[in-house]
Amino acid sequence: MSIDISFKIGGEAGQGLQTIGYILAKSMARGGLCVFTNQDNESRIRGGHNFYQIRISNNKVENLTEEIHVIIALDKKTIIEHKDELVKNGVIIFDGDKISVTDFDENLLNVPFERIAKEKADSTKMANSVAIGAAISLVGYDFDLLESVLKDEFDSKGAEISDKNIQASRAGFNYVSENGIDKFPYRIKKIGDSQDFIFLNGNEAIASAALLSGCKFVSAYPMSPSTSIQQFFASKMKDYCVVFEQAEDEISAINMIIGASFAGARSMTATSGGGFSLMVEGLSLAGMTETPIVIVICERPGPATGFPTRTEQGELEFAIYAGHGEFPRAVFAPGNVEQAFYLTSKAFNLAEKYQIPVIILSDQYLADSYFTTEKFDTSSIKVDRGEFFTESQVKKFGAYKRHLITESGISPRLFPGQKLGLVVTDSDEHTEDGHITELADVKINNVNKRFRKLELLKKDIGTPFVYGSKDADTLLIGWGSTYGALKEATKILNDQGSNVKMLHLNEIWPFPVEAVSNELKILDNSISVESNSTGQMAHLIRAETGIEVNKKILRFDGRPLTPQYILREFWKGR
Amino acid sequence: MVSLKDYENGDTAWCPGCGNFGILQAVKKALVKVNLEPHQVLMVSGIGQAAKLPHYLKCNLFNGLHGRTLPVATGAKIVNPKLTVIAVGGDGDGYSEGGNHFIHAIRRNIDITYLVHDNQIYGLTKGQASATSAEGFVTKTTPMGAFSKPLNPIALAISQGISFVGRGFSGDIEHLSTLITEAIENRGFSLVDILQPCVTFNNVNTYQWYRKRVYKLDNSYDPKDRNAAFQKAQEWGERIPIGKIYAQDRLTYIEHDPEIERNPIIEQKHNPENFNKILDDFKI
Repeated sequence: MSIDISFKIGGEAGQGLQTIGYILAKSMARGGLCVFTNQDNESRIRGGHNFYQIRISNNKVENLTEEIHVIIALDKKTIIEHKDELVKNGVIIFDGDKISVTDFDENLLNVPFERIAKEKADSTKMANSVAIGAAISLVGYDFDLLESVLKDEFDSKGAEISDKNIQASRAGFNYVSENGIDKFPYRIKKIGDSQDFIFLNGNEAIASAALLSGCKFVSAYPMSPSTSIQQFFASKMKDYCVVFEQAEDEISAINMIIGASFAGARSMTATSGGGFSLMVEGLSLAGMTETPIVIVICERPGPATGFPTRTEQGELEFAIYAGHGEFPRAVFAPGNVEQAFYLTSKAFNLAEKYQIPVIILSDQYLADSYFTTEKFDTSSIKVDRGEFFTESQVKKFGAYKRHLITESGISPRLFPGQKLGLVVTDSDEHTEDGHITELADVKINNVNKRFRKLELLKKDIGTPFVYGSKDADTLLIGWGSTYGALKEATKILNDQGSNVKMLHLNEIWPFPVEAVSNELKILDNSISVESNSTGQMAHLIRAETGIEVNKKILRFDGRPLTPQYILREFWKGR
Repeated sequence: MVSLKDYENGDTAWCPGCGNFGILQAVKKALVKVNLEPHQVLMVSGIGQAAKLPHYLKCNLFNGLHGRTLPVATGAKIVNPKLTVIAVGGDGDGYSEGGNHFIHAIRRNIDITYLVHDNQIYGLTKGQASATSAEGFVTKTTPMGAFSKPLNPIALAISQGISFVGRGFSGDIEHLSTLITEAIENRGFSLVDILQPCVTFNNVNTYQWYRKRVYKLDNSYDPKDRNAAFQKAQEWGERIPIGKIYAQDRLTYIEHDPEIERNPIIEQKHNPENFNKILDDFKI
């Protein structure tokens, strides 16, 4: 039996969509199912129209789909806006006491959420729990799993609240069992247990990886969609003796982490494109002073304030080229939570090994989407802090020089505060011992030294992910968070008889020139699939390999790429 | 014992007669007075003639960007509270470009000392108005005289509840070095605003001009009296007070989270296994 069913929960901001969605998703995950959720919110605290989407499968799912099987409508707008997304025999669950539906002829299932909540749990506040129970019942799922999740979520609020939520859910469940739709065709069954899996979003993957990788200091300024990275890190301050400091602005944030890193701590900041714009001066400072830092950019649509709560991949070229002057850096763009976790760990190691800034490029879609994924292998987290100046090197090199010219370009580090030597660095061009200079040959030597590190760094960059038909005639190219949608689109195309291969880049800079050239050279037809309006990866490929990508599939309405969107664009004009 | 010789370091690139020489001498004397070895001191500077000062000393140094001294100094102090951190810059660096960081450093009360060489003019860029230039002051960018009112750093600092603020004069090295010593020894964020003649671009506020006006606050003045301090901060013109203008006991950033002093971040031995429990948050 194959399961691939999606729920959409729609309503106004403040109606509790996220709680319904999260509990429903977790109940499914607890039955061994693979779950992917994403949210579509307006930038407001109350009102408007938001929705939360959950995709459930017995196979791995890492992206959303446009085919919806069950809509839970908390307002009429949800029905109007989303009824056309329903598959054949799909159902809309709604509260008929609140929403008049005489003008619709879809499959409607009236469950009076508030009335049931009042009758069975003595509080209309439990209406959302009624809705969850109703949805679970409709797809024939196990109520016990929902009950256990409700207990986990509400026990901290006291036994009474927990019990009432369970009563309300059971009432919703029973109501649909008795008054439900006969032979609803989309059924979900428990397929196992969940002990080998975890459920988290992109931001949680990055923040937890930072903590496991020894990041001890984060300074940042709240900005959607990066804020939950900041909050997650801050929530661990007490237990793990790390520090989060909310800076007065992003300029301060990046300079604080540079100061902390210079003094000896693994340090990180997180922001979105607008905040990163303010950090660019500091990025260049990290490049010049060879101070390792990690910067997470959770992209959202620009320019300027753009769509604050939506998604875009508009900052690839910005991340790669940002900063005055020339200096080495690395740029990663994870495609799912697993990649986000392991690449964050790698980002810290490379930053310190090469004493460079490393940028992790995520976006709202990855930041806020929850994935079930296999438990991370934490034993693979290795902390490599790079080369250090030691007592024995005093004999070899004499007094400590922070920017000692070496064959590798890497100058051993020392942290200030030790008798072993004084640590001096400068944003001006500097001598080996870190003092201001204006000498031409010193500048040349330093530029060459800094870029020798880039040559070594190139060897640490992983090869892109390739998937699909071996003897393909068409290559679909993507990067970052579109991984799941691209992979599913590739699979569908090949299942339908096309010969398509997918190339996904998540370690983007320094650019893996050879690996990408090799894939492109053998194919006449290449398509860059990106969530931006100009095809920034296509530009980059042309700049780095000299090969022109033939076609672009672009989405820039602030909504995430779906397999269906890719397929529609793929077939256009064919 | 540490001596002045431990801090001697090479030639300077300042104009002959520059007020910075007096400040450099006063800083060295203060460091000797507090008996710190050069490796125990981290100086953080920005850009401007003042920001070059640490290059002419022996100590750890992060010479960063214009206006960004305080965030760098803050980050370093948080992860290694054992370092004595001194930020140094000019009025352009600290009160214009870095004005926001200045206000928030006061709020944060991070235990660092901030020395501002206040010469009311931009020196390195060769003679433009600064945030503390007097009204009507004619410079290359204010040919009709500066219109904006000068920023009063001391009154601003007191209004925001700074832990320690004093004013020094680069023409009185002994007095200045004592003031800097007190600032270093103060727990919390300390500002020393230093009146510094710019012999090349400021022909108004000269050594002579200052010598006629400055007077030292004596024991009859109580720097703990916030209202008196606020009044003192506004005294300018015929008589200009120098010395400790305001000080108060305030919990410092580090004292507020004593664990980061007991278990300093840079001394923590990281073992990823001790952090595995974090992933329990994501259990299904």
